[in-house]
Amino acid sequence: MAITASTAVLTRPAEPVAIRDVARTFTAGGSSLPVLRDLNLDVPAGEVVGLLGASGSGKSTLLRQVCGLDTPDAGRITIAGTPVRGVDPRCAVAFQESRLLPWRTLAHNISLGLPRGTERAAGAHRVDELLDLVGLAEFRSHRPGQISGGMAQRVALARALARSPGVLLLDEPFGALDALTRLKMQDLLLDVHAAEPTTVLFVTHDVDEALYLADRVVLLGDDGRGPGNTIVSVTPVPGERPRDRADHRLAGLRVQLLDGLGVDTHHS
Amino acid sequence: MSTPTTTDRSDDLLTQQDPPIDTTLPAAGVTPGGVTGAATTPTAPSRPRGLRSRRTLVGAIVPLGLLALWQAVTAAGVFLPVQLPSPVAVWGAGVELVERGELGGHLAISTQRVLIGFGIGAVLGLVMGAVVGLSRQADVLLGPTVGAFRAVPSLAWVPLLILWMQIGETSRITLIAIGAFFPVYTTVASGLRHVDQHLVEVGHAYGLRGPRLLARIQLPAAVPSVISGMRLALAQSWLFLVAAELIASSQGLGFLLLDSQNNGRTDRLLLAIVLLGLLGKLTDAVIGVVERRLLRVWA
Ligand SMILES: Nc1ncnc2c1ncn2[C@@H]1O[C@H](COP(=O)(O)OP(=O)(O)OP(=O)(O)O)[C@@H](O)[C@H]1O
Ligand SMILES: [Mg+2]
Repeated sequence: MAITASTAVLTRPAEPVAIRDVARTFTAGGSSLPVLRDLNLDVPAGEVVGLLGASGSGKSTLLRQVCGLDTPDAGRITIAGTPVRGVDPRCAVAFQESRLLPWRTLAHNISLGLPRGTERAAGAHRVDELLDLVGLAEFRSHRPGQISGGMAQRVALARALARSPGVLLLDEPFGALDALTRLKMQDLLLDVHAAEPTTVLFVTHDVDEALYLADRVVLLGDDGRGPGNTIVSVTPVPGERPRDRADHRLAGLRVQLLDGLGVDTHHS
Repeated sequence: MSTPTTTDRSDDLLTQQDPPIDTTLPAAGVTPGGVTGAATTPTAPSRPRGLRSRRTLVGAIVPLGLLALWQAVTAAGVFLPVQLPSPVAVWGAGVELVERGELGGHLAISTQRVLIGFGIGAVLGLVMGAVVGLSRQADVLLGPTVGAFRAVPSLAWVPLLILWMQIGETSRITLIAIGAFFPVYTTVASGLRHVDQHLVEVGHAYGLRGPRLLARIQLPAAVPSVISGMRLALAQSWLFLVAAELIASSQGLGFLLLDSQNNGRTDRLLLAIVLLGLLGKLTDAVIGVVERRLLRVWA
């Protein structure tokens, strides 16, 4: 698959993200639920960070803070040094659920992601390119109700990519894909990143996926020092991308991360 | 004019406010999702033509059966013709009215009243519903008041309308507009209020706000409820048309009903009822077509 950096469409340069002492507690109906606390992370421009953590540990919540869909109760988040206030146009999000507009065709859904002010022709070209990229060119005129969940997820990914964002936030982008498509999409993401090196924060439950894609893997969890979750470990992943999925160095990290997630890997 | 009968009749009419809505969605041409797009050939969404005409045929069975029963019962002399004239007699009454050049006028004026009243009521309902559905402040400010007005059985306005506007075209159309307003207002307001917040958030995340958010996410998301509100409103419009024409008019199907009753012309009375049913069904079918088109896209 040939991936070229689209020259016709405004492409944002990769932006560094800084997360400082971020905390978020939800209050609903009198009871309060501390989700995140004391969160500190620096992501240099162009880095790919994988976020791991148990269900409910606040991974989606963290992504929402970064793009400004939700505001931390304490601490602050900056992108390229400027604080995130409100929804930040430098980010693009692919939500955990595909969230496509059911009344629009797939092509139209992807074009929603195009940055504002994109020329019509350039935009149409970009949409075609992305449809091709995610292997859905023939389904361009279909509606979300007519495609499978995995296909919808690929459209949601394409919509986020259409933005050519400085920071790309992906919440379990490949969760609903079968094993083969999943591997293909992982490679596709790496290709896109190689062509348009943007900063990527992605959430996954798949340790292998994190180790294959990320420069660093961040584990969210309870460190026992207070209510709510924070970063319990940051694991740099050795080797240049694209990595060998069978690399023995990764096997060790895999066991370590699974341990961190509370998965017992020692069968006796 | 005999007022007591009129009131009875309008009460009857009020109880059947909910017309059945055809909620059957067209079978969308669902394509099985392939792993790689290239491997599968997408089939365009299509619908077998024959299925539709089969449905129409099956749907005609009961009306035709009723018609046959009606004819049989009257032919057997079970009822006096004043009680229940035969279908043939009703047809004859229709032909006679056409020949006297009266039927066309009744049909035209009634349809015109419904369309104008429905148009005014629906547009106002759409605007008010949008304002109240989108803005929390407007909801808090206006919601209770509109709700209180809605609680008044709409026909209770009749005396006031007549007092203010005299008996005439304005008061009739106003009454129909009132009848059309509330279903549209209610469904639009609640449709907009219940737009999937996840989709609204997608809009925010991709930089949409204000009018652009409204045009690209909120309104389209509410289209199915808007259409079903329109459908209810149209049924209400016919209901209120009959009420308006029963109360005071010299032309129209409601007038034909009353006039026939006063003259003991049960055949014409039944004719008016059949025509009201047909017209209501026809206008409903028009909205139904629009609805199906939209739902094929929206569903
Ligand atoms: N808007 C909200 N209001 C109240 N509580 C919320 C809200 N959003 C998230 N939470 C709570 O915060 C916690 C973390 O949610 P979050 O969606 O971030 O988890 P997650 O790590 O993404 O989980 P998963 O892996 O299952 O997606 C959950 O307990 C959830 O109930
Ligand atoms: Mg999540």
